[in-house]
Amino acid sequence: MDNYLFFIVSKFNYWGVMILIMIGIYAIISKQNLIKKIIGMNIFQTAIILFYISIGSKKNASIPILHHLNEHTQKINPDDFVNPLPHVLMLTAIVVSVATLGVALSLAIKIYQQFGTLEENIINNKIAADNNRQSVIDRL
Amino acid sequence: MKIIGIITILLSGSIMIYSTLDFPEWGDPLSPANTHLSVYYIENSMPDTSVPNIVTAILADYRSYDTMFETTVIFAAGLACFLLLRNFRKKKKEYSLYRHIPTGVTLKIKNSADLADDTKLFQRIDSTWVPFDLVTRTASGLIVPFIQIFALYVIAHGHHSPGGGFQGGVIFGAAFILFAISYSLRESLKIISEKTAVILSCVGVMIYAGTGLLCLLFGSNFLNYGSLAQILFTDPVSARSLAILFVEIGVGLAVAGVMIWLYYNISSSGKYNQGL
Repeated sequence: MDNYLFFIVSKFNYWGVMILIMIGIYAIISKQNLIKKIIGMNIFQTAIILFYISIGSKKNASIPILHHLNEHTQKINPDDFVNPLPHVLMLTAIVVSVATLGVALSLAIKIYQQFGTLEENIINNKIAADNNRQSVIDRL
Repeated sequence: MKIIGIITILLSGSIMIYSTLDFPEWGDPLSPANTHLSVYYIENSMPDTSVPNIVTAILADYRSYDTMFETTVIFAAGLACFLLLRNFRKKKKEYSLYRHIPTGVTLKIKNSADLADDTKLFQRIDSTWVPFDLVTRTASGLIVPFIQIFALYVIAHGHHSPGGGFQGGVIFGAAFILFAISYSLRESLKIISEKTAVILSCVGVMIYAGTGLLCLLFGSNFLNYGSLAQILFTDPVSARSLAILFVEIGVGLAVAGVMIWLYYNISSSGKYNQGL
């Protein structure tokens, strides 16, 4: 029993991340609305950020900021500070997610202006109808 | 389609969860990610750069090439939104609406091409204009200056506390977006026009790349700040700290400019009229 409890406590962060990833991919694959797809993409990115940050954590460690005053006398023990590298990588990943969100939203605005809807199946039907009309005109 | 999606995701998710059996425990200081490179950063960032915030030291010095192109990515995203959405063709306007401010009467004027957009008595509005709430306006007017000062603090103190160019730039842009939401897009365009926002972001990226080129001029590698000690009159370690500040200011300007630019384009879908 104790063994199982230890197993759950030491791994539950990964499970939370996996569940968030599954929610994100599900929204991207099977939702018809483009805005919901974009939200799914953001949930996915957030899950990845959480994954990296939880990899970089250490037990009983503080934030990766040193003291300026006693910089020469201080002996730095790496186990006292959490891993700073995932924080840096995720800082840039957040920026990329903002950039992709902006471009995705402007594409959605353009699609809405063109087709009058954001539902993917209706857009596909409209494109197919347009192609059919075009092929009929070509045959004539 | 939905059932296929659920089955696929449950399959891949169970594989992923099964793979966590081999993962290191949460918070294990001896896990592979925590033992190799990051130990060097934690031990040596202070002697190398004299920046207490290790994250800032890595972001702007050890991995500064990465961060430079990250800034470029944001700028490219702003540019992509602009090119997708901006309405270059000016529609010939049949009429314009002007609101007489003291009385609140709206006038509809035909062929108003030669009228100024705004005077002291008349305000140019759109057909979707709504009277703004006094409470929101006053509250945001009280809050916005403090948010902006906090943004400058976050940029300037990125060395010593959590913060830096990206965070401060986003806070600055968010403060201005709060202003633009509580007032209107026309009001905010009077304060920071589209041109100003674009120039801000360009200048930010150029400050970053220019710092790198300056290092090249003084005889070291691109973005190797140590050689800037000759013009900053300090030792190479302090020169790295100062150059990180320059770079963070550049990043902050670029991010703030792009945030405002993105908001202008997306909220009015490129028409730059009333907006939200």
